[in-house]
Amino acid sequence: MKPVLPLHGVMAEFDNPTEFVAAIHAVKSAGYEGFDAYSPMPIEEAAEAMGLHGNKLPLMVLCGGIAGFCCGYALAYWTGVINYPLNIGGRPLHSWPAYIPVLFECTVLFAALTAVFGMLGLNGLPKHYHPVFNVERFALASRSRFFVCIEATDPKFDLEDTKRFLQSLTTVEVSEVQP
Amino acid sequence: MDSAPVQSRQRPYKPPVLGRGQTFDTVTDQISSVVDRTQQPRAWWIGFGIGFVLLNLLLVCVSCLFAWGTGIWGVNNPVGWAFAIINFVWWIGIGHAGTLISAILLLLRQDWRTSINRFAEAMTLFAVACAGIFPIIHTGRPWVAYWLLPYPGTMMVWPNFRSPLVWDVFAVSTYATVSALFWFVGLIPDLATLRDRAENPIAARIYGTFALGWRGSVRHWHRYETAYLLLAGLSTPLVISVHSIVSFDFAVGVIPGWHATIFPPYFVAGAIYAGFAMVLTIAIPLRRMYDIKDYITGQHLDYMARVMLATGLMVCYGYLTEAFFALYSANLFEQYMIQNRMFGPYTSIYWLLILCNGISIQALWFERVRRSPVFLFIICMFVNVGMWLERFVIVVTSLHRDFMPSSWFMYYPTIWDIGTFVGTLGLFITLLFLFIRFLPMISMFEMRTLVPAAEVKEEH
Repeated sequence: MKPVLPLHGVMAEFDNPTEFVAAIHAVKSAGYEGFDAYSPMPIEEAAEAMGLHGNKLPLMVLCGGIAGFCCGYALAYWTGVINYPLNIGGRPLHSWPAYIPVLFECTVLFAALTAVFGMLGLNGLPKHYHPVFNVERFALASRSRFFVCIEATDPKFDLEDTKRFLQSLTTVEVSEVQP
Repeated sequence: MDSAPVQSRQRPYKPPVLGRGQTFDTVTDQISSVVDRTQQPRAWWIGFGIGFVLLNLLLVCVSCLFAWGTGIWGVNNPVGWAFAIINFVWWIGIGHAGTLISAILLLLRQDWRTSINRFAEAMTLFAVACAGIFPIIHTGRPWVAYWLLPYPGTMMVWPNFRSPLVWDVFAVSTYATVSALFWFVGLIPDLATLRDRAENPIAARIYGTFALGWRGSVRHWHRYETAYLLLAGLSTPLVISVHSIVSFDFAVGVIPGWHATIFPPYFVAGAIYAGFAMVLTIAIPLRRMYDIKDYITGQHLDYMARVMLATGLMVCYGYLTEAFFALYSANLFEQYMIQNRMFGPYTSIYWLLILCNGISIQALWFERVRRSPVFLFIICMFVNVGMWLERFVIVVTSLHRDFMPSSWFMYYPTIWDIGTFVGTLGLFITLLFLFIRFLPMISMFEMRTLVPAAEVKEEH
């Protein structure tokens, strides 16, 4: 027999972004913390409603860029001046202005890699399995519908109460999310 | 910026860039229907067929090249750089429009880029793939092409970081990597849409794998948008740097006609010019083939034609500057170079270039021409040819008569030169048609943000 896992949460569906954003406000002001909202495209107001301001990504990208610059410089300097000095027309070995193109490219490359993998890492992607996909109608979250899911881990979560609360917010559907 | 009817302080009037009556569902359905359908239109098969035949020509030409060496090409002394470099610069330039559309126009908040950025970025990738072939095969011993990279080897040698050719390796490989990342990041949410729609379980699994488990969480979107903007910010100087560095391959040399400070900006403008011509060359048949005129509207054609006109005029300014430099330099070799270009043995190519790049685009001053797909397509073909001829003029006419008349020689391409070039067109066309078949050619999630229903109404 399969072990019975606790429910992941309760999910409400919305058919327009205005109700969706209003619902996020309502869930937040009702005191819920452990919830997430899903939309088929980025909505600035939704991020504001969830209280998301800024993130670590720009700082990470800056560090990535600086690391790229340093690695590029170290490579050019060590190979060109220390390990394999080539006399080309009597020019100084450490002719740094000529390194600029390579340093620039290394900076951009490391920064861009940090931006992409940093974003995926902070988002916890790639993810093989997530309970929200157990709700059949969630397939519309990548198409035209908006969802708010209050998770069972929230201290205020109570199956009946939370369900009733979400039903008061939406005109569409509220469903339980199997684990 | 514009004094047209201004609706509010923040949002100046912008002409609509999406057909009327679109909703989240229609946008999703119409764009992904191209991928969902089991039977592609006849035009798709014709286009793919042509591309595939030409791709096989590329394989034949490259196989013969590897078997017999670069002697089968028309290169000689002094014209050691010919079709390979012309094609490399032409292809890489075409790629630049994709990055311009996806990055620079994003930062400038140009909404109209949304419906063309996906396939323009795909075009960038495929153009860079075509470009990348040439430096590798022109080395003559392509199996040791990895010698270009800095790696610790038993030979204990390192690349010279003061050489433009090494700069080129870094610039092009970084550009290819960052363009691929940018394209893939843009695709993730749309791959999730395809995963959720797919009826075929194998397709759902493949799209699902590449969608990385994307579920559209607002927290994810928040970081996603930051990452997307940062990538755009990084790509903007990158795209400028790549063609500047490509131009250094020439400008750092001392050959008359190459050694000019105008080269970097002139090359970048030329790249964007050629790229927009190629974007239009693809967009015009595409919107007819799949009936997506609601997404790629007359307004889009108009805007792209304006960019082409502006960059085309910059390129013409470059031609004038080159002539002026020669005149003003009081340098015998520079003066002879320009005279040789205009009236020497390759005179017809120079004047054809001026006709294609300078004169044909003057028609774009008229709005009726900019909004007419047929006229625009013809002009784009002129520009595609013109920009290729420009690289021919820069590479061949500068090299074939340099300082010493005893070393002068003519260059004529062989059938293998032409076959390899046409073959890369085949590679490009094949990849493009496969892309259209298997991936959404318009960014669905970005189109959803343009739908009227996407607006969040104020209620408190």
